[in-house]
Amino acid sequence: MSTAVPNENLITERQLSILVKGRQRKNQLKCDAESIAGCVSQRACVYCGARVVLNPVTDAIHLVHGPIGCASYTWDIRGSLSSGSELYRNSFSTDLKENDVIFGGEKKLARAIDELVEKYPAELVFVYSTCVVGVIGDDLEAVCRAASQKHGIKIIPVQSSGFIGNKSAGYRAACDALLRLIEPAGEPRPVKRLNPVPSVNYLGDFNLAGEAWIIGDYLKQIGVEVNVVFTGDSNYRDLKKAPQATLNIMQCAGSMAYLARRMEELYGIPSMQVSFLGLDDTAASLRNIASFLNDPEMKRRVEELIRRETAAVKPQIEHYRSKLLGKKAAVYVGGGFKAISLIKQFREIGIDVVMVGTQTGREEEYQTLHDISDDGTVILDDANPSELERFMTEKGAHLLVGGVKERPLAYKLGVAFIDHNHDRKHPLSGYVGAVNFAREVYSTVCSPVWKYTREIGGGLFAAGKNALPER
Amino acid sequence: MPREKTHYRNVNENPCNMCMPMGGILPFKGIEDAMVIIHGSQGCSTYMRRHIAEHFNEPIDVGSSSLNEKGTIYGGAQNLFQALNNIRRVYKPRLIGILTSCLAETIGDDVGGIARDYLKQQGLDEFPLVAVATPGYGGTHSEGYWMAVYKIVAGLARPTAKHGGINIIVPNLSPADIREIKRILEMMGVRYTLLPDISETLDRPIARPYTKIPPGGTGLEDIRCMPGAAATIQFGLTVEESLSPGHYLQSEFGVPLYNLPVPMGVEATDLLVSRLLEITGGSLPRALELERGRLLDCMVDSHKYNAQGRGAVFGDPELVYAMARTCAENGLHPAVVATGSGNSGLKRLMEPVLAECPEDVLFLDQADFMSIRTACRDAGVNIAIGHSDGKFLTEKEGIPLVRMGFPIHDHVGGQRLLSIGYTGTAMFLDRVTNTLLDNKHKNYRAAMYRKFYWGFKERGHTC
Ligand code: SF4
Ligand code: SF4
Repeated sequence: MSTAVPNENLITERQLSILVKGRQRKNQLKCDAESIAGCVSQRACVYCGARVVLNPVTDAIHLVHGPIGCASYTWDIRGSLSSGSELYRNSFSTDLKENDVIFGGEKKLARAIDELVEKYPAELVFVYSTCVVGVIGDDLEAVCRAASQKHGIKIIPVQSSGFIGNKSAGYRAACDALLRLIEPAGEPRPVKRLNPVPSVNYLGDFNLAGEAWIIGDYLKQIGVEVNVVFTGDSNYRDLKKAPQATLNIMQCAGSMAYLARRMEELYGIPSMQVSFLGLDDTAASLRNIASFLNDPEMKRRVEELIRRETAAVKPQIEHYRSKLLGKKAAVYVGGGFKAISLIKQFREIGIDVVMVGTQTGREEEYQTLHDISDDGTVILDDANPSELERFMTEKGAHLLVGGVKERPLAYKLGVAFIDHNHDRKHPLSGYVGAVNFAREVYSTVCSPVWKYTREIGGGLFAAGKNALPER
Repeated sequence: MPREKTHYRNVNENPCNMCMPMGGILPFKGIEDAMVIIHGSQGCSTYMRRHIAEHFNEPIDVGSSSLNEKGTIYGGAQNLFQALNNIRRVYKPRLIGILTSCLAETIGDDVGGIARDYLKQQGLDEFPLVAVATPGYGGTHSEGYWMAVYKIVAGLARPTAKHGGINIIVPNLSPADIREIKRILEMMGVRYTLLPDISETLDRPIARPYTKIPPGGTGLEDIRCMPGAAATIQFGLTVEESLSPGHYLQSEFGVPLYNLPVPMGVEATDLLVSRLLEITGGSLPRALELERGRLLDCMVDSHKYNAQGRGAVFGDPELVYAMARTCAENGLHPAVVATGSGNSGLKRLMEPVLAECPEDVLFLDQADFMSIRTACRDAGVNIAIGHSDGKFLTEKEGIPLVRMGFPIHDHVGGQRLLSIGYTGTAMFLDRVTNTLLDNKHKNYRAAMYRKFYWGFKERGHTC
C-alpha cells in the first residue's frame, strides 16, 4: 500500500506521512523523517528542542552562541515557573556579526562567558550552538572546557546546530548536556540508595504553570519524594543528585526516553512511563508507581487520593461533558505522548478525535495512536497548514488543539482552539488540570462567537436567529 | 544634549531587535498573491512565523528550503528548487520572495543565481522571483524590511508612461495605520500605489471561503508602474540610501522623492499633508482640518499630565523617531531613546529633538534590554513606549509600558493599534496619558503617605 490519502493538491512526497485509520490493515505511517522543502512544516529546529528541555533549569546562564535572531525568538517565551532563581528567564546571545562569521566566534564566546559569569553568580552555564556555529566550525568543547577551568564552574556545550536534524535531535542534545551535568566526577557507580522514603526523578515535566508542583504534591501525599524534576523548576545542585533516586518516572517520552535509558545504564535506575493528563491517566500513573514500589500502605493512600480528588472534580467534568458530547476535535501537537494522552482525555469529556498529528512523534507512538484511534481518524506526521485546513474541514472538526502558529488558522476557519504548548499560563496536569482543560474546551467550543461567524457562511455551529427585540 | 552610549559588546542580554529575514517576510505579506520562502534551515522560518503570528493573530505561512546536513555541505540549490516547486503547487502564488538565513549565507549560496537557474529550468521567464540576501547576522529586522521592499521595487519596476499617481512607501506600521494613510489619501483625492500594503492581508476579516493566501496587498501591476508616478513619498528618514526604494525610483527612473518622517504628531502629519497638497494642487479637506483641531484639543487637555512623564522610547529606528518627536511635541520629554539597530542615522536625526529636551537624554543604539533597563533606572523613567518586550521593564522596574510597534505578543490587537495621522496621534497620546494617569492613581496615596505622613495619629488626632 503506497498512498493513503491521494489528493491533487497534496505534495506527492507527503502522501506517505498521512493515513486514515481503517483503510489499511496496519499502521504504515512514515515519521521521524526530515521535513520536505517548501512544505511549510510547523516544526522547529534542534536548538528549539534543546532549549525547551534545558531552559527550565532555573539557576543556569543560558547563552546562545550565534546570530541574534535565534536568541531573540526564544527570550522568556515559556511558562515554566521557578521557586528560586529567575536567571533562566534571560536570553543571552553572543550576537555574532558578519566579521565573527568570517573570522570565527570562539574569542567572542570566551569573552561573553567571562562577562556573564562575572556579572551573574552561577554554577552552571549552558552554551547552545546554532546553525552558523555548526558551519563555521567554532570549537565549543574547547572554549567551554577552558572557561570551566578558568571559572571553576560547570560550563556545558549543547550541540544544537539547527540543520543537523529536527526538534528530536535537540531533545537528545539536551539529554546529553544533562548527563554531563549529573555525571558523578570520577565516582564509581552504582550510587547507594538507602533513603527510607522512596524518591523518584520526575522526567519530562517543565513545570508549566506549576504543573510539576501539583504532581509533586500528589506524590508527597502517597509517600513518595520527588528527588528532582527534569527539568521544571530544577537547579544545578538538585540535578546533580539525580543518581540517588529509586525510580525514574517519565512523562514526556519524546524528549526524555533517551535520558531515562542512559540513567538506567549508568546508575541502574529503572524507569516507568507516566501521564498526568486527564483523570484516567493520572489515576493509572499513581497506581503504577505504587505497585512498582510494591508498598501496600502506599497503595492504600493512592486509592484514597484518587477517591477524594475524583469526587471533588467529577461533577464539574460531568457538567462540561454534557455540553460537549458528540463534538469533534483535531489534535496537532509537538510530541506523541501528548497526542496519545489528549485522545484519552477528550474521550473523558465526550469528544471524538477525528484528526491527530504530531511534529516529532516516534514510530511506537504512532502505533499507539493508530491503535487507540477510531476508524476514519486521519493520522499525520509533520503536517503543514494546508493539510491541517483540509482535514479539519473535511472531518468537520469543532476544535483544534495546537500551538501558537496553528491558532489563527483554526480561528479563521471558524474552529475553536486549545493552546497546548509550552507558553501556557494555566496548568493542564492532574485533577485540577483536568478541570481546567474541560473548562477551556467548553469556553471555546461553546462560545457564542461562532454563531456570528457562521452567519457569514461557513462556520460549523448551528446559528440561532437574531432574537433581539425590535420596536 | 544627548549622551551617547554605544558599546561593542561581547554579549547581548535580552535582545531588543530581531534578525534580517524576519523583517524581510513582512513586505512580502503585503503584496498581492505573494508567497515567501526562507532559504535556510527549518527552524528559522518556524520561529519567525510564530513571532509574526502572535503579533497579528493571523496565519503566517512561510516556506522553508529546510536545509539539512547534506544541503549544507553541497549547497542548497536542490532544496530551494524543491521548495519553489512545492510552494507553487500548493499556494499558486503570482510572486515568490526568497530570503536567505544565516545558514544559506554562511555556506555561500547565491540565491539570485539559483533563482535564475530555476526560472530557466522551469521555462518561467516572466515569473517574478524576488531574491533578497538577508543574513540574520547582517543587520536587524528593520534593515531586512527595507531591503526586501527595495528588491521588490527593483525587481518589478519597469519604465512606464507617466500616470500621475503617487507612490507611497511605508515602513513597518500596523494595518490600522496603513488604513489611516489610505483614508487620508482618499480624502484628499490622491491616486496612489501604497507599498507594501498589509492592511488587509495581515488584519484579515473573517470571510468565506478561506484562501491560503489572504486577499489584498499591493497589486503586482501597480508596482511595475511605480516608475510612472508623479512622485514618491516614503516614510523612511532612517533608511540608508542603498536600501531605500524611494532613492532607487528617483535615480533609475527620475521619480521625485519626498522622504518624510512617519506622519505621527502635529508637525509630521502637517508635513505630509502639505506635501500632498503641493503635489496634487488640491486644497485641504475640511474634515481633515477638523481632525487636526481635535488633535490640538487632545494635546491641550493632556499637556500637563504629559509633562509628568519621563519616557523611554525604543524599537525600530523609524518608529522611535516618530514616537519620541510626538511625545516631545506635547511636553513628554524622552529620557531614554534606544534602538537595537546599529547604522540607522537615528542619532543624527534625533539631535535637534534631544537638544530641546530640558534634561539629558540617554541615547542607545545596538541596545539590548539590560542596557535599556539600566538607563531607565539612571534616568528615573516613569513610562516606557515600545514593543512588548518592554514588559521586562515593567516587571523589573515597575515602569508601565505603552505598547506600540512590533512585535506585540502579550496583548491582543497590535494589528488594530492606530497611532498616525491627526486622529491616530490623538489616540496614541490618549493611551500614553491614560497610562500615566492610571499609574499615578494607583500609587499616589501610598507615595504621599510615605513622603509626608509624620504620625500625628499617635498624638491623639483620630477621626
Ligand atoms: S539570526 Fe540567522 S540563524 Fe538565527 S533565526 Fe535569524 S536567520 Fe536564523
Ligand atoms: S539558525 Fe538554526 S538554530 Fe537558529 S533558529 Fe535557525 S534553525 Fe534554529
